[in-house]
Amino acid sequence: MLKFVVKRLFWMIPSLFAVSFLAFVLIQLPPGDFVTTYIATLASSNEVVDQNTAAQLRERFGLDQPMLVQYLKWIWGIVTRGDFGLSFEWQQPVSGLIWERMALTLVLALASLIATWALALPIGVYSAVKKYSIGDYAFTAFTFFGLSIPSFLLALVLMYVAAVEFGQDVGGLFSSQYETAPWSIGKMYDLLTHLWLPVAILAVSSTASLIRVMRANMLDELPKPYVTTARAKGLSEFRLLVKYPLRIALNPFISTIAWLLPNLISGSVVVAIVLNLPTAAPLLLQSLMAQDMYLAGAFVLLICALTLIGSLISDILLALVDPRIRLE
Amino acid sequence: MTDILSIAPRPSMTANKPLLEVRNLVTEFPLRTGIFRAVDDLSFSIEPGKTLCVVGESGSGKSVTARSILQIIDSPGRIASGSILLHQPDGTSLDLAKLDPRGRAIRSVRGRDIAMIFQEPMSSLSPVHTVGDQITEALRLHLRMGKAEARAEAISLLRQVEIPNPEKAIDRYAFQYSGGMRQRAMIAMALACKPQLLIADEPTTALDVTTQAEILDLISRLQKAHGMAVLFITHDMGVVAQIADDVLVMHHGVAKEYGPVEQIFHSPQDPYTRMLIGSVLKLEQKAEIRLARPPLDTTAAPLLDIRNLSMHFGDMKALDDVSISLLPGETLGIVGESGSGKTTMGRSIMRLYDPTAGEMHYRRADGTVLDLAKIGGGELKAARRELRMVFQDPFGSLNPRMTVSQVIGEPLLVNGIARGKNLDERVCHLMEQVGLDPTTRERYPHAFSGGQRQRIGIARAITLNPRIIVADEATSALDVSVRFQVLDLLMRLQDELGLAYIFISHDIGVIRYMCDRVGVMYRGKLVEVGEADKVCNAPDHPYTQALISAIPRPDPRDRDHSRRFRYTEPGTVKNGSSAR
Amino acid sequence: MVDVSIATLRADRAAVASQWQLIWWAFKRHRLAMAALFVTLAMYVVATVPGFFAINDPIAQNARATFHPPQAVHFFDTSDGFDFGPYYHPMRLTRDPNTLAAIFIADTSKKVPIELFGRGFSYSVLGLFETDIHLIASTDKTRPLFLFGADRLGRDVYSRVVQGAQVSLSIGLVGVFLSLLLGIVLGGISGYYGGRIDFVMQRVIDFVLSLPTIPIWLALAAALPQGWPATLQYMMITIILSFTGWAQLARVVRGRFLSLRTEEFVAAARLDGVSEGRIIFRHMLPSFSSHIIASMTLAVPAMILAETSLSFLGLGLQPPTISWGVLLREAQNIRSIATAPWLFLPGLAVVIAVMALNLFGDGLRDAADPYNK
Repeated sequence: MLKFVVKRLFWMIPSLFAVSFLAFVLIQLPPGDFVTTYIATLASSNEVVDQNTAAQLRERFGLDQPMLVQYLKWIWGIVTRGDFGLSFEWQQPVSGLIWERMALTLVLALASLIATWALALPIGVYSAVKKYSIGDYAFTAFTFFGLSIPSFLLALVLMYVAAVEFGQDVGGLFSSQYETAPWSIGKMYDLLTHLWLPVAILAVSSTASLIRVMRANMLDELPKPYVTTARAKGLSEFRLLVKYPLRIALNPFISTIAWLLPNLISGSVVVAIVLNLPTAAPLLLQSLMAQDMYLAGAFVLLICALTLIGSLISDILLALVDPRIRLE
Repeated sequence: MTDILSIAPRPSMTANKPLLEVRNLVTEFPLRTGIFRAVDDLSFSIEPGKTLCVVGESGSGKSVTARSILQIIDSPGRIASGSILLHQPDGTSLDLAKLDPRGRAIRSVRGRDIAMIFQEPMSSLSPVHTVGDQITEALRLHLRMGKAEARAEAISLLRQVEIPNPEKAIDRYAFQYSGGMRQRAMIAMALACKPQLLIADEPTTALDVTTQAEILDLISRLQKAHGMAVLFITHDMGVVAQIADDVLVMHHGVAKEYGPVEQIFHSPQDPYTRMLIGSVLKLEQKAEIRLARPPLDTTAAPLLDIRNLSMHFGDMKALDDVSISLLPGETLGIVGESGSGKTTMGRSIMRLYDPTAGEMHYRRADGTVLDLAKIGGGELKAARRELRMVFQDPFGSLNPRMTVSQVIGEPLLVNGIARGKNLDERVCHLMEQVGLDPTTRERYPHAFSGGQRQRIGIARAITLNPRIIVADEATSALDVSVRFQVLDLLMRLQDELGLAYIFISHDIGVIRYMCDRVGVMYRGKLVEVGEADKVCNAPDHPYTQALISAIPRPDPRDRDHSRRFRYTEPGTVKNGSSAR
Repeated sequence: MVDVSIATLRADRAAVASQWQLIWWAFKRHRLAMAALFVTLAMYVVATVPGFFAINDPIAQNARATFHPPQAVHFFDTSDGFDFGPYYHPMRLTRDPNTLAAIFIADTSKKVPIELFGRGFSYSVLGLFETDIHLIASTDKTRPLFLFGADRLGRDVYSRVVQGAQVSLSIGLVGVFLSLLLGIVLGGISGYYGGRIDFVMQRVIDFVLSLPTIPIWLALAAALPQGWPATLQYMMITIILSFTGWAQLARVVRGRFLSLRTEEFVAAARLDGVSEGRIIFRHMLPSFSSHIIASMTLAVPAMILAETSLSFLGLGLQPPTISWGVLLREAQNIRSIATAPWLFLPGLAVVIAVMALNLFGDGLRDAADPYNK
């Protein structure tokens, strides 16, 4: 078991490096750099920047060096000092801008993950056990609908309904009085009252896909001989269901973290932009548009690292609950 | 059909009050195409302490019968009519057929009065629960034992079924057990509440013959100790002859014959039973075709001479320094249990594996000798035209997406021998040769039965006029009544085409029927080679002796268990049953 | 045990049926999937010649029709005896006297008949020839029919949805095709050769699958210069979408290859002297092509959703290119949709398309293996 975890952790290292390099390359891809964008912005307000000033700016930000050098400097700063570089646009260290937003992103993703599981597990089991019942058909219809509606559209429709029918603005994660306030019990509570809508929106599509996974897993397990063995022992249907097929169908369910988390984070990006949530996404979009490369790079890096850690956790959990992996 | 069931009750069977009485049982499966009757108007009874064997080929409904008793038939099957009376010790009777399959009443019978064991001990045990957990479950459920008490009882049960080190074994998982140990654990689980009836659904089919013998012994010993009745489902007439008191022969859901084991084997009434017994007895001796042949020329130069062949997969020595030769026109048997390396041997000869070491000298028709272990490319391709293979699985070895004529014709086509009309004619001729109707050549393999599919496989093997055919368990997947037909076909083709066979099998009966000489394999080594008659009847090596002794003889008058013994390899420690 | 009886019950017809026939028979039994197939086919027909199905020129602006609401089409006129034939009432633009906001009122005294195969704006059929015949056309060009209403610039939403189908539906197909090419080549190499190549490829696939797609797409899409021509933009977006989409398909292909490699019929073919190329194309490919097609069908809707999301965020296709995602940008601000909720209708098209493809793919996957019941 320990060997498994160590091996798995070892594999994280190249993955993390690959992710960081990927993030850096992505940020470098656009033609031109921040200074070009900056000059263009100034030019639109009739300010002219001469070549000298531009060169000075580039030198100050280190943009005149080769890409690999820039990358190594960047990654060295992160590893040794937790320094993600400077945001050109905000003129302050990236690390000061991202952590609270990343934390909220994580809260949103985790809350959606829990909501997804809480819904998908019982529904999936029900659908499998009562295969072809009215309930099963109803849930199947829901899953197809949930998989078909883009999350931003769902967010828009809900916003429209709230605005037109109830005259409410449902965007954001905080009420206006808490927006800039320091953390307190009141602010936590306020967060919870706002969190449910994005969580619900995000959970729809992931719940839909997970119900299908759970239903298929259960349908695979239900006709297995060990279920018949348990039945022949005289166990009641409910007890044997919970103890055997459900328990075994849970294993692939746990490994869903590995792909559910990236999906949820992807989905949350779009939803956060539509609902204007103070998570990483709107700032990421903005920094991408402005080619604020260190800021965008930090976000892409952290978001990818988050999902890598998610798949690590799911692997370890899986090994914990499945003796076939643990005792291999 | 039903008139057979109206056979007057035999005196021996009404002496005691039966434990279980099944009357006119009908079990149906509603399908898209109509209702399928898996069990049709079946009646039988089991007395306390006795063994009833239900025997039949695949599709006979024997397994559904067993499951109907406990009402654990796979969905969508259901009991349509009939009664299943369980006479309890207090004098009351319970009709199990009338109970709600999910209700409390039938659940208190399951596991307590009637317990069941299944064919696949691996998949019948949960992979993520310890063996102990699964045994104590029934104890705690039916006998209301506490945790510690149930655990102690489970350990004692594991000891009863002779699992070594039961205190440790109880906390292990099924996948950490060997095949035989798993079935022992299943038996321990079934015996937990001391049931009056044990239903065993093909419990030894997935096991090696030596392990099978041990499990059968264990069941009969426990049966005597507990005074338990056994309903034993099997397709193996040898097993029936060894353990049954009464026998019920089933075919397509209908009872063909029902009576004491002595009568079934020595004066069968029904033609189907006679055919079944006949097929089994046939495999007890040399094939008639072979008796008519002139003796083999043992002085001829060997067609294939295998020297010191080894095949290692990592640390595992699947083949360890094997040397054997094949004479022209000979049928050489390779016999062994699972994991003995016999399949690896066949695949190495065909060069589906590249052997780790050793030589395989093949003498071509022009007298030149070729080392099959060394050649590659075009030479190997040419050699493979003269060495062909017939596979075990009649379902997996034919591409389901090609018609039979494409399957049989492909070797001719890709080797540039025939095409177009000529190809079609040759395919038709080949199909006739193996006893298939050439008008069915445009059909796909799924439209054929197992025996027919194996004939297709044989037709494919003889397309290129081979000199040697390696047949790997070619008849194992077939029902016994079909098995000897395929064997006879192979021998007829041998005479017609002058073939030599390397015949790999785990079934001594098939080897005895078919082979001139036989090599016995054990853990990658060839432990004995000799004339088939000699090896099958009076072997020299202790392993072969143990193997032969474990084979159930299809004669109820020949039930001498004492001559059975287990072979222990010198220098290795005995560790329960053999691994599978 | 039951299987045997099913086999014997099978009609002779099945004995000579190829796998595609068996798959088709199994698929046909799935009624919902059949319905989805027809919807899918219909949508792709529309996407092939959107001009024929459009009513008004999708790019024509009309200042007098800003936020023109959808109009109902009537089939029977009973006001004056009985008159058969589709028509609509034109709408009159008035102003609220206080707020001066535009108000459209249906003029029930006037009828504009609709004709089938009438003439309208001129469009090109797949770049082959020009025509102006449409499935449905208004007989009065000065008072056009707005089936789904009009947008901010008075453009006909219905015709734009129809036009958008071309880009949105095809981007899914092209994207999946690119993914498949990558997936088959990489997954096939991985599964066919096994060993170390397989190990490395597995790690790469796992890695790609564990990445959150949208942030990466965003970063990639942000790298595209704004001024690029529409076709180049289109190609780049499909390439970006395939950048992460191939891994899923590669995994499917690899799994199939691995399981087929050990099949006895493949070993038998090898012994028959069949060349490696023929083994792959004659024995292995037909065995999993149906599964691949099913996986592909299920990957198309994901691509459509991805394009829609990207374009909606402003990082995908850019106007004047018309795609469903671009159209939904009009619904981005709450004020627009409060006045003109019909701007959601392109979203409905997305939902229907994705649902139909999902249902179709699902039915196909269930029917994909007719030999393992």
